[in-house]
Amino acid sequence: MENSIVLSIMAAAIIAGTPLLYAALGEILAERSGVLNLGVEGMMLAGAVSGFMVTVMSGNNWLGLIFAILAGGFMALIHAFLCVTLKANQVVSGLALTIFGTGVSGYLGKSLIGIPAPVTFEKIPIPVLAKIPVLGPVLFNHDALVYISYILVPLIWFFLYRTNAGLKLRSVGENPAAADAVGVNVFLTRYVYVIVGGMLAGIGGAYLSLAYAPTWLEHMTAGRGWIAVALVIFAVWDPVRALIGAYIFGGVDALGFRLQAMGIMIPSFFLKMLPYIFTIVVLILATRETHKKRVGAPGSLTLPYDREER
Amino acid sequence: MADSTLVSMRGITKTFPGVLANSDVNFEAKKGEIHALLGENGAGKSTLMNILTGLYRPDEGEIWIKGEKVVFRSPKEAIAAGIGMVHQHFRLVQPFTVAENLILGSPRPGRILNMKQVEKEITSISKKFGLEVDPRAKIWQLSVGEQQRVEIIKMLYRGADILILDEPTAVLTPQEVKELFKTLRMMADEGRAVIIITHKLHEVMAVADRVTVLRGGKYIGTVNKKETTKQELTKMMVGREIELSSNQDDYNPGEDVLILENINALNDKGYPALKNVNLTVKEGEILGIAGVAGNGQRELAEVVTGLREIQSGTLKINSKQYCNCSPLEIIDAGVAHIPEDRLGMGLVPSLGAVENIMLKEYRKKEMNKGLFLNHKLLKKKTGELIEEFGVKTASIDSPVKLMSGGNLQRLLIAREISCQPKFIVASYPVRGLDVGAIEAVHRILLEQRKAGAAILLISEDLEEIFALADRIAVLYEGEVMGVIRTSETTVEEIGLMMAGSREGEKVS
Repeated sequence: MENSIVLSIMAAAIIAGTPLLYAALGEILAERSGVLNLGVEGMMLAGAVSGFMVTVMSGNNWLGLIFAILAGGFMALIHAFLCVTLKANQVVSGLALTIFGTGVSGYLGKSLIGIPAPVTFEKIPIPVLAKIPVLGPVLFNHDALVYISYILVPLIWFFLYRTNAGLKLRSVGENPAAADAVGVNVFLTRYVYVIVGGMLAGIGGAYLSLAYAPTWLEHMTAGRGWIAVALVIFAVWDPVRALIGAYIFGGVDALGFRLQAMGIMIPSFFLKMLPYIFTIVVLILATRETHKKRVGAPGSLTLPYDREER
Repeated sequence: MADSTLVSMRGITKTFPGVLANSDVNFEAKKGEIHALLGENGAGKSTLMNILTGLYRPDEGEIWIKGEKVVFRSPKEAIAAGIGMVHQHFRLVQPFTVAENLILGSPRPGRILNMKQVEKEITSISKKFGLEVDPRAKIWQLSVGEQQRVEIIKMLYRGADILILDEPTAVLTPQEVKELFKTLRMMADEGRAVIIITHKLHEVMAVADRVTVLRGGKYIGTVNKKETTKQELTKMMVGREIELSSNQDDYNPGEDVLILENINALNDKGYPALKNVNLTVKEGEILGIAGVAGNGQRELAEVVTGLREIQSGTLKINSKQYCNCSPLEIIDAGVAHIPEDRLGMGLVPSLGAVENIMLKEYRKKEMNKGLFLNHKLLKKKTGELIEEFGVKTASIDSPVKLMSGGNLQRLLIAREISCQPKFIVASYPVRGLDVGAIEAVHRILLEQRKAGAAILLISEDLEEIFALADRIAVLYEGEVMGVIRTSETTVEEIGLMMAGSREGEKVS
């Protein structure tokens, strides 16, 4: 009995961690190219609302997902245009996009509030694997988006560290002048990865409205975009560590709900605070460690690149 | 002979906002030659080469490579045409390994990287040219000389046959310079064109076959080295004959002003930067600190000005102990600081001359009127200093970042000297300045020496140190290799100490 509670919390941790994971993976790609994207929260909301809306209209959740990707990517395109082409301040642009995304999603989603999603991403137990004791129910009894994220993590890791294109991406974030001097297109690289990052944030949002909730609520991300940004720092810009971090955060999130459901006498406000308090603590610890180990943010993070600057 | 010309640039003009960096410049480099591009700072050498490497686009003019007219839209196209450049500030990605830096941007290793194969190729190139380096080392672990080797291998790996090196010797010891020149000659003999950008005449005379001189963005001429002299080149470069001041006064040092005993300090990364440093600077003398940049000079300057924590040891100024005191207490002890980063640490770029001048003295009673600053007095003082030190500025209220390097340094020195310091720390005081400004700065330092100030002069330019210093201390990996009277040593001896041998040791 005790065991099944633990397993269900662990499974819930993975579900709660998945939107964070998508958003964090996207943010890792964007930041690896040297562009800080603080618009993740807004991009997730845009993804959540457009994914939900298209699903309601078309009755096809995959079509909804595609529109969520497009919405996140479009907002990231705005960010890239402001930060890469116009060399605007990345913090300001990101904040503006978060505010924009919150407002627009709230407006577009007004008529959607309270409608249940007609189709959602259903659980698909993987044959054989789902039967493995402990691991099966925790890892292999989820929806398609969770499985895709499983594949995405090693894929992005391999891309970053073992391919020529990944090397180029990392060099653009570390030292764009060096990359430029050897013929890497800094501007194109930044555009591509900021947009891909926004698309992944869009998926993270769609996961909330089409699998996790699954419904639309105004401001349903509730700060998950910000947690994803913090998660990237905790993960030291590494996709595998981002996966671990996302599930820990997911676990804290899930734990809060369970404790509430089990009737433990802690006011629900405190339980809801858990992930955010945890974020602060993790940031303090992670920052201390990165300083010690000489690993850290990509060298040119937040710095616009200007070839002819003297 | 026309087919031996690899590069031909004709009538190149390039303007930046407010600056005419290149004006109708011609340049040509042939197969198998080492061609020096000579000129003062700001003469437009780097701009010209950045145009050749596709980093900048010229406003006017044509570029011909191997007999074909080309228009480079990006560095990629220049690389494809066989042009490789080693920038003065290396374009290396610090957290990457040597191998990763070498293959960056090159399609040769394929989409998926096989680092073992890459490392093998690198080793074979580095063996061939005697450029030894570990392909697996991370760049930040390497010395500056090794990083330069990585840059050179990078060009060779890409098959460049037109090699450009921007101020390649600035960061090297005299011995490393000799090795570099050997490598360059080897590469030229293999049929490449080697272009070095420099403002050092003795290097031109040592290694170049032909010399092209630029001055103020304009093309002055191209000469064969064999048919020219240092004097002629100086005249082409500066436009007039100059005489640099040197220290020919009698050496009558007074009391010890600065005493460092067994000083240990860490660098920003937390590693030991100064190890058991013992130094004294006396009244009326200039102690020159020689050494390749990055061997503890910055940390030394910061320790004596109170900006860096001392781990152990004692720092005395005028026989009073000042260990781990605040910079303010050290300023009050009569210490003036001319930092290496004059616009970052020395002055506030977006404030005007008046504000910058008062930065050090605004606390003094006479500068204030009750709660407020005495602006009238400050303006008067600034005006006087600007006149005395010959600072040229549009207005004493316009932001100082608009001034040229020479004027900035004059302003900074004016502020520091006006406090009548007993001890002056000058870090690379003439770095990036033109000959006229160098002359002025050196004259001021010698005047202060005559007036009895103790001066710690940190420089990577041995000529400057030999011209000014009474005694020379050499720093190597944070240790003092020895302290010698200038009149009793030679550039060769100091050069050996800069490479790590101790005073008196002989290296065959």
